[in-house]
Amino acid sequence: MKGNEALAEAAIRAGCKCFFGYPITPQTELSAYMAKRMEKSGGVFLQAESEIAAINMVLGAASTGVRAMTSSSSPGVSLKAEGISYMAGSDLPAVIINVQRGGPGLGSIQPAQSDYYQATHAMGHGDFHILVYAPCSVQEMVDVVMLAFDKADQYRIPVMILADGLLGQMMEPVTFPEPRTELPDKSDWAACGHGGKREHHVINSLYLDAPLLEAKVQERFKRYAVIEETETDAELYCCGDAEIVVTAYGASARVAKSAVTAARRKGIQAGLFRPKTLWPFPKKELCEATKHAKQILDVEMSMGQMVDDVRLATECRLPVAFFGRTGGVIPTPEEVLAEIEKLAGGAE
Amino acid sequence: MAVVFDHPKSLLDVSTHFCPGCGHGIVHRLVCEVIDEMGIEGDTIGVVPVGCSVMSYNYFGCDVIEAPHGRAPAVATGVKRVNPDKFVFSYQGDGDLAAIGTAETVHVGTRGENIVVIFINNTTYGMTGGQMAPTTLPGQVTQTTPFGRNVETNGYPIRVCEMMATLSGTALAQRVAIDSVPHIREAKKAIRKGFENQKEKRGLSIIEVLSTCPTNWGLSPEESMEFVKDQMIPYYPLGVYKDVTAEEGKKA
Repeated sequence: MKGNEALAEAAIRAGCKCFFGYPITPQTELSAYMAKRMEKSGGVFLQAESEIAAINMVLGAASTGVRAMTSSSSPGVSLKAEGISYMAGSDLPAVIINVQRGGPGLGSIQPAQSDYYQATHAMGHGDFHILVYAPCSVQEMVDVVMLAFDKADQYRIPVMILADGLLGQMMEPVTFPEPRTELPDKSDWAACGHGGKREHHVINSLYLDAPLLEAKVQERFKRYAVIEETETDAELYCCGDAEIVVTAYGASARVAKSAVTAARRKGIQAGLFRPKTLWPFPKKELCEATKHAKQILDVEMSMGQMVDDVRLATECRLPVAFFGRTGGVIPTPEEVLAEIEKLAGGAE
Repeated sequence: MAVVFDHPKSLLDVSTHFCPGCGHGIVHRLVCEVIDEMGIEGDTIGVVPVGCSVMSYNYFGCDVIEAPHGRAPAVATGVKRVNPDKFVFSYQGDGDLAAIGTAETVHVGTRGENIVVIFINNTTYGMTGGQMAPTTLPGQVTQTTPFGRNVETNGYPIRVCEMMATLSGTALAQRVAIDSVPHIREAKKAIRKGFENQKEKRGLSIIEVLSTCPTNWGLSPEESMEFVKDQMIPYYPLGVYKDVTAEEGKKA
């Protein structure tokens, strides 16, 4: 199944009741699949007039307590930033998918990973975080959709799945989980009509009283601290004795894995650290993966964005080299292997 | 003794932050009277804008969502699509609805979203201190048109009801005013019609209310009512621009 379609099917099985989107390559199959399937499954599909409208429709639907989702690609996600900030400020759960393409501007329609900074550090104005998952296969995209909806509800935050054009477009066999039948009860805060049975509920992000807003933000950051403590996830491949640890996520991690395997065949003690959560960044896991490392090689489909988090997480204890291709160019395993060999040669 | 005038139940019993002579109080009251009369407070979800009525979530007794600037119609769409049996209304000012949110406004009309849009036209951005709005009259002085709105450089005021009436999904587009008791009664009837349309799933109802902003106009409350009558109504004629129920009546 195609990655984009798998994301859509998984969302429906996760109990997503509505999808609001706007056409943009390379995520269009997701919308098209939703258009076919959503109504049949008793949900709502609506093609909005803009990315801005789409995210605000998600905001409205999520306010009433239902599982809501939108998806887009890089330029479109920029337009959603306003709505994501408002949702964070209103403590609203939702799932947003970014099937990244090359940028800046209209960029290209080829796969890229140049929205890492945006997703993990600047997904809108104000003091807030969103949970960001970075799957690297079609199966993992399916699994992470379920998780994303659950975590969004658990912490009342927007959650992003940061995919890319390669993952969205490629086809792999997948197994789907059984559809969710029981969903969390949100009746203590949802604005879905009080029926004369309770006080009115207000969904709002405005606090003109500065100390009150500060308290709201601080309360949210306590939740973020729990997320940082408990929700990080990463894959460690051949890291046990690795002297060179390659760090990469998503599609570039697939390439890096091939390169690491090839390096091992050549007798180089290389390993791969692949974060599955980008915010929170799996610092502890990276420290574990680099226990015996002498060097790190960060590989991305960008000019180097996650590399900053790698340096921060390791507190600059290790030299961190970088190799990236950008603008929609996908690095090859040979290129990455050459970089690993360069480092191995230099270390000797 | 029979009570003929009382505080609407769905309008919370709190002081508002609105300036003396501001029209929001009147329109809030009318919306809540209609909600009370129809007995739908518990089934209603309001969506409020960014602007002077941003804090209306403190005044409306129904559940309320505070939307990003201009996005109330999109938020209301999301609410209504997953709760088709609830009553959903947005309450928006002119900057919110006819400038930054024009696309959202037009498209709830094109889609015939089954919601009510209450549109307060007071020709200015009130909350930010009286800048030019899309509805500011030609020649009108505001903070950002200190020499009067020059249509050659600032463009022309937008007539929202006339525009919305052209859209196939619009069920009701009506302009009313609050400058006199008969007009206020007319306004309430229009709002009621909007909610009735929603009940009958007829499509989008937009009620434009010509309202006052004495603070930013630099006028007394009384003079403000005169401004609505003498300056606004001639440019923004009151009346029904589209009413599918009247059209149905004609056909029958």
